[in-house]
Amino acid sequence: MTTAPLGLTKAPAPGLANPVHDAQCIFKAAMNALARPGTLQTLHVTNLTAPHPLPRTMAALALALLDYDTPVYLDTPLAKSRDVVDYLRFHTGAPVVDMQADAAFALISTPEKMPPLSGFNVGTDEYPDRSTTLIMAAETLTNEAGPLLSGPGIKTTTQLNAAPLAPGFWHQMSANQTLYPLGVDVLFASVDQIAGLPRSTTISLKEA
Amino acid sequence: MYVAVKGGEKAIRNAHKLMERDRRGDRTVPELELKQIAEQLYLSVSRVMSEGSLYDLELAALAIKQARGDLIEAIFLLRAYRTTLPRFGYSEPIDTAAMLVRRRISATYKDLPGGQLLGPTYDYTHRLLDFKLAADGELPEPEKGAYDPDADIPRVTDLLNAEGMMEPDPETPQDAEIGDLTREPLAFPADRDVRLQNLARGDEGFLLALGYSTQRGFGGSHPFAGEIRHGEVEVEFFVEELGFAVPLGTMTVTECQMINQFKGSTVAPPQFTRGYGLAPGQSERKVMSMALVDRALRCRELGEEATAPAQDEEFVLSHSDNVQATGFVEHLKLPHYVDFQAELELVRRMNKDWHSKEANTAQAEEAAQ
Amino acid sequence: MTGQDTDMFSEHYNFAYLDEQTKRMIRRAILKAIAVPGYQVPFASREMPMPYGWGTGGVQVTAAVIGSDDVLKMIDQGSDDTTNAVALRGFFIKTTGVKATTKTSQATIIQTRHRIPEEPLTENQTLVYQVPIPEPLRKLEPRETETRKMHALEEYGLMHVKLYEDIAKYGEIATTYAYPVLVNDRYVMDPSPIPKFDNPKMHEMAALQLFGAGREKRIYAVPPYTKVESLDFQDYPFEIQRFEEPCALCGAENVYLDEVILDDKGGRMYVCSDSDYCEERREQGHLGHMAANPIAEPENSGPRA
Repeated sequence: MTTAPLGLTKAPAPGLANPVHDAQCIFKAAMNALARPGTLQTLHVTNLTAPHPLPRTMAALALALLDYDTPVYLDTPLAKSRDVVDYLRFHTGAPVVDMQADAAFALISTPEKMPPLSGFNVGTDEYPDRSTTLIMAAETLTNEAGPLLSGPGIKTTTQLNAAPLAPGFWHQMSANQTLYPLGVDVLFASVDQIAGLPRSTTISLKEA
Repeated sequence: MYVAVKGGEKAIRNAHKLMERDRRGDRTVPELELKQIAEQLYLSVSRVMSEGSLYDLELAALAIKQARGDLIEAIFLLRAYRTTLPRFGYSEPIDTAAMLVRRRISATYKDLPGGQLLGPTYDYTHRLLDFKLAADGELPEPEKGAYDPDADIPRVTDLLNAEGMMEPDPETPQDAEIGDLTREPLAFPADRDVRLQNLARGDEGFLLALGYSTQRGFGGSHPFAGEIRHGEVEVEFFVEELGFAVPLGTMTVTECQMINQFKGSTVAPPQFTRGYGLAPGQSERKVMSMALVDRALRCRELGEEATAPAQDEEFVLSHSDNVQATGFVEHLKLPHYVDFQAELELVRRMNKDWHSKEANTAQAEEAAQ
Repeated sequence: MTGQDTDMFSEHYNFAYLDEQTKRMIRRAILKAIAVPGYQVPFASREMPMPYGWGTGGVQVTAAVIGSDDVLKMIDQGSDDTTNAVALRGFFIKTTGVKATTKTSQATIIQTRHRIPEEPLTENQTLVYQVPIPEPLRKLEPRETETRKMHALEEYGLMHVKLYEDIAKYGEIATTYAYPVLVNDRYVMDPSPIPKFDNPKMHEMAALQLFGAGREKRIYAVPPYTKVESLDFQDYPFEIQRFEEPCALCGAENVYLDEVILDDKGGRMYVCSDSDYCEERREQGHLGHMAANPIAEPENSGPRA
């Protein structure tokens, strides 16, 4: 049940055209992305109009996964946009939080300027699931070049390259893996694809 | 395929048809109406609403009818329906001090403000089968007295509290989040809000036995029935858009406040402590048992050593739900032949080994002689 | 099931029964479960219209995952025709209108109780297990507060002691089903009450494996191509059950068999527990030594979904 918050200046852009079946398709792509790290899962959400600067595919993931039980952290460009905040609040009801550590989800629209990964919640020894899942925008997402990935969900090894990224991102992600089973999980979203990078994936920085 | 394990949709359908026929019973006997159940089996309806976690007399009556009077089955039906309902929000806390009281008794004071009001009760009846009922006898109308709607009936615990003899009601911050078991899985240790919700949904028989065990010395807590009250309370809902609470209607509840002697510990002074029970409808046995178990479960907070089953939070809360319990006990009816085959093979082999070992030992003994 | 029934239902209930908020909550739990293989994620399991202990966990997982273009296979004890499998398959046909199949190879989602199909699963499939007791340490330590600590500290000594005591007492590990496994070198996990015969199939399986325990409110997962080892000792390696004879109907060897008692004089036959596998083999012309036995031929094999 979502009601329009008081003081909404204009009606937010519409959400998923078919909330039940679209949400299932989006979730399935996210599930496959995390179950098979590095693979590119196609996700067509051309009928979704998300307010600038929230990329459409990220918006789709947010609408499918967030609700009032999931505090969400927005990176600066998103947090500054009244349209984005209203849109997310209207369609998901998720409380927007300022502290990275309080977030169940984080939406990162400009990964090259994102705050350090270590600020997000990595869960606890007894409840490693109480961690942040990051949804990060990617202009390009390919399996060519990029660090070598191995671990659960990967038959042998694979490569994943997302751009743009903060300079230290892969080192931070590699440090995140050493915390396993604690750690954050990442979903990259390009214009029509998503890829997953769960905490269980081992990252070899020596490019193959 | 071998026939024995074939269920088949047809067999299932037929079994359900047969059940439906048996439910109806002899068709020359008039069919039960929901109103009859709601009016004449009100205590059953109360229990189903309480453990089914849904305040709706008609739906509870329907569940009882559909379940042929099996209350646990009825509770299950109501719960399964409840999960599909949209959730608009949480009501404001009900105020039982403002209750329109039908019954109010205290075992701790002979007389008290608001008085003792026996109301509808089986207490003090002679438990003799009433054959007039079997013969469809006419009921005499009870006498009506004057009723003062403004009469103040303060809660006994508030009276004791004024003297400083009762632990105060816990202060809850305005924006405190109240746990909800139907939305978050139970985690231990559980706070009192979640424990009370669990007990309110818990099986009456299970709580009765646990409450009884505390009286017999398994976690003795010296209870007095401070007050039991039963009647109608108003339910209000705070509407954000309006900025104030609007009444949704009234509901009938039964409340029990147990008063327990407490000698004090390192964390609390000597005073009376309380156990609390609340349930929809009229359900005195339930709320009394609930209050006893609630008090027993407060051992951690009051610095008492937990030694008895009723004080064992994980044991009590994990096993109180009869919908869960009945499902798991009855799932033993499902086929288990894959696992049984695995066990059979193992036991056969171990049995053979044992016999051959025995035989060897016997041979060796014979040889030695 | 007629189309009309489905329409009637969809007026009153959402696709796949669960409301969208509940699905989101379960989906989030599934994503965490996949990210931490073998770890049991708590979730706010709902009351379902079937009893706890009868597959509510598996049903909730399937309901959260299934889409209108999925093809569902529902098995219990390896068979599509056991009563509860029939009832649960009917539930999903009614609430989703998806296609159901008995053919393992044609299914995109397979929900199971107590077995893994004999035919190897593929990358395009998801296997959903119904789990009664998700905690592998529960029989050794009944308290959740304690077992949670043991998992957190990776303290599995108690489990090894138990298995070793078995060996000391019986000369072997006397656990035949729900045999504990170590997932991704980190979490000891209950594989659900599948016979230990099926344990090796979990290792590096191409399909995604999801586990739902409704009454106990836990979801866990094994992603594809993940290391799953059955616990054992160097001098007492893990072994699976072996059957002395092949399936009496299709002649299959190295499959899990059910023992069927034929009379009260000790007469018995062994047949495939995986009924679809057995039928496929017979269709391909494989015949076992009792394939012609009258009891083996269906008089009323029940309608197929």
